[in-house]
Amino acid sequence: MHLASLGIVLYAFWLLLSGYFEPFLLAAGAGSALAVVLLSRRMHIVDREGHPIQMIASVLLYWPWLIKEIFKCAWDVSRIILSPSLPISPVLVRFKPTQKSQVGLTTHANSITLTPGTITVEATQDEFLVHGLTRTAGAGVIDSEMDQRVSKVEGYR
Amino acid sequence: MFAAGAIALLVALALALVRAILGPTVFDRLQAANTIGTVAMLMLAVLGFLTGRPEFLDLALVYGLLNVVGTIAVLKFFRHGDLGAPGEGVEPHP
Amino acid sequence: MSMALDILSWFCMLAGGVFCAIGAFGLVRMPDFYTRMHAASITDTVGAWLLLLGMILQAGLTLIAVKLLMIALLLLFTSPTATHALAKAARARGLQPLLAPGEDPSKP
Repeated sequence: MHLASLGIVLYAFWLLLSGYFEPFLLAAGAGSALAVVLLSRRMHIVDREGHPIQMIASVLLYWPWLIKEIFKCAWDVSRIILSPSLPISPVLVRFKPTQKSQVGLTTHANSITLTPGTITVEATQDEFLVHGLTRTAGAGVIDSEMDQRVSKVEGYR
Repeated sequence: MFAAGAIALLVALALALVRAILGPTVFDRLQAANTIGTVAMLMLAVLGFLTGRPEFLDLALVYGLLNVVGTIAVLKFFRHGDLGAPGEGVEPHP
Repeated sequence: MSMALDILSWFCMLAGGVFCAIGAFGLVRMPDFYTRMHAASITDTVGAWLLLLGMILQAGLTLIAVKLLMIALLLLFTSPTATHALAKAARARGLQPLLAPGEDPSKP
């Protein structure tokens, strides 16, 4: 199931990138996709974690919210950079994320890092260490809306 | 319009280069190198439109992939002194 | 219609370029390594996406637009990974962040 979907995705990727539809190139694409699928199966990375197809629908709902959030934070950080007094107050905060799986934790940590103004420095199962550009940005990541939304996307509870 | 984007990107490139020269730590220089990579990728895409040759987009994609692999390879070298080091301890699955 | 699209893509490309330049300016202006990374992430996210969006609007529904979208997705996945790896490596090497007055660096 996961292997088949990985193969289809890889072949679609090949077709979109090449844009040529000659027999030789179509066959070469199929061969490459098959080789990658076999290699990943040998590495045991194709499962719920490595190729999370159960998350597709919820992730497509999550991205627009995340992008809106990124634009908001980027606007704030741009104003900080351009203001003459440079009003920063860097902080380090620790908190415990609510995600259960590696995929959920990675999504959460990467979302925090993508948002300008906050960067995940350390990410483990029990604790995130986040560097915030200002006190409010740092405090904003603890038990945040993002945390709840990623847990919902992850779909374990 | 594409020329305006290209000029803004060149300004960004010059500023990132200033940081790469000033340093002071190796991580500052790496961050600047990463930014230069991102800007160069965008520059390639804009250049493809400016010259009317969309093949430049493929170069931009490859440049983006090499950028992140290069950054992580150099980082790994500075942390472990060895590109083949296993890296972080793998955590057990829940 | 195409006039409106042109204006929108103009606006997106100009805004993207300005955000890229602001991010790079912050990279020069910020006082220490960790704060500089925040500035760089503006270039990586908003600046790049707005520029790519402007180009997608110019390209229309073609394979070129698909490739531009792939570049945007590539940035969405790789830029936080590289940033996180940099921050983690810097901290593992013992580079202490500059903190606001009153914050205890040893506490967290």
